[in-house]
Amino acid sequence: MSSLLLTVEDLHVRFALPTRQVHAVRGVSFAMGREKLGIVGESGSGKSLTGRAIIGQVPRPGAVTASRLEFDGIDLQRLDKSARRKLTGRRIGMIMQDPKFSLNPVMTVGQQIAEAYRVHSQASAAEAKKRTLDMLAAVRIREPERVWGLYPHEVSGGMGQRIMIAMMLIPEPDLLIADEPTSALDVTVQTQVLAIIDDLVTQRGMGLAFISHDLNLVASFCDRVLVMYGGRIVETCRAGELDQAKHPYTRGLLAALPRIDEPPGDLPVLRRDPAWMGDP
Amino acid sequence: MSEPTIVVRDLTVRFGASVAVDKASFSVAKGESFGLVGESGSGKTTVLRVLAGLLRSWEGEAQVAGHDLRQERPRSLARIAQLVFQDPYASLHPLHTVDRVLGEVAAIHRLDNGNARIDAVLRAVGLGPEFRFRFPHQLSGGQRQRVAVARALILEPTILLLDEPTSALDVSVQAEILNLLRRLRAERGLTMLLVTHNLAVVANLCERLAVMRRGRIVETMDAARLRYAEAENAYTRQLIIASRGYDRANAAEIAFES
Repeated sequence: MSSLLLTVEDLHVRFALPTRQVHAVRGVSFAMGREKLGIVGESGSGKSLTGRAIIGQVPRPGAVTASRLEFDGIDLQRLDKSARRKLTGRRIGMIMQDPKFSLNPVMTVGQQIAEAYRVHSQASAAEAKKRTLDMLAAVRIREPERVWGLYPHEVSGGMGQRIMIAMMLIPEPDLLIADEPTSALDVTVQTQVLAIIDDLVTQRGMGLAFISHDLNLVASFCDRVLVMYGGRIVETCRAGELDQAKHPYTRGLLAALPRIDEPPGDLPVLRRDPAWMGDP
Repeated sequence: MSEPTIVVRDLTVRFGASVAVDKASFSVAKGESFGLVGESGSGKTTVLRVLAGLLRSWEGEAQVAGHDLRQERPRSLARIAQLVFQDPYASLHPLHTVDRVLGEVAAIHRLDNGNARIDAVLRAVGLGPEFRFRFPHQLSGGQRQRVAVARALILEPTILLLDEPTSALDVSVQAEILNLLRRLRAERGLTMLLVTHNLAVVANLCERLAVMRRGRIVETMDAARLRYAEAENAYTRQLIIASRGYDRANAAEIAFES
């Protein structure tokens, strides 16, 4: 398939800790094109590490192995560190969950976005500034000139997240990995931020791996969904058909979700079946 | 409806030149669960901080269980209303065991029988005695939030002020904490003021809610009306629509209106 952007086969992430070995991602395989792919699961399901493994940012002492890890025909595992960083920096963006930890606290917002742009292009400082201001406007920040000079602690969570998105989008990546990009945001801002990402996917033909714990959101926003549990993919389905999911874990998660149109009452609590973990 | 236990009238809070809360008024009946909903910066948490006695500079009227917050000293207020914070990863001291977190509260307030109280309150939030000497990093997010709830409950308050109590948690854990809060409320007759941006959580736990925007309460309504999206205010309707999931057409509408 020519439209294939990313192929992951038998991906494993292991952490050798002093006292034990943690096998966090256990044989994940999927392929994606220029589409909106949702990766849902709870904390510890390995969804974030799967995203990080793709851009080569698994924290130490994590070790990544895969029988295939290909981006646009390029074998990511064959690249040396600097070549890989260069490739992923320019063509794969990742938006982390919390802007507070992802932004440099001692650099102004504008400087760090412009830096992200200049690292991957030969642009002059003036041009980078102009592009940065355009990008800030594109993520619907009202006064880009003012926000340029602010430090990360001076912006709200919603604005910080939009700044992160601006920074990741400014090199115009082919693939965007968004790790809970909107879970720190209010619903109306969330809708706006998603619309920005949605338009970029449609207009620029970008691929999006959308990592989230929010099943409703993924079902309404993405094209396809992978459900992860215990470091594995337990179910794959079309996003619109998530409500007919078959796996008991997916069904349990859906049931545990409070709904705006339901009266108060106890929510069914997920009962975890050891069998979902599969073979060790 | 029984008499109100939380009364807020024309509450105004200023931080320098900016007005964080602008003449907010609402009341919560004894035993009621009331939701305060809004976007970040709407002032909902600031209202909560006034009620918890953490903010001392404000104008207007605020009463908790008949006590005027103007006069009440923070320590005695702590026995009446307790606050549970959003992020259990941030609200528990990383180098203090559960025992120390809870024990400190008991010591500050000179509670007798601290030992037995810690055991009882841990049991009440569904944690066994094996959790007592753990550090926060040895607990899951849901367990930490249970400890945070236990820390609030050890003083046996009649009012729980909850600041986004489940937004840092997984869906299945959120369900457990919501169920826990519902059970504790029924068992102890607690009054709850729940600050959240999640309307589904309000629908699940509250009887009434107020929607805040830019420091003002734009609408106070029965939670039952949420279910039918019967909001009078345009902004409330936007919130309800946005809560139902992503829809590109709605996004345009929201962006246009705001």
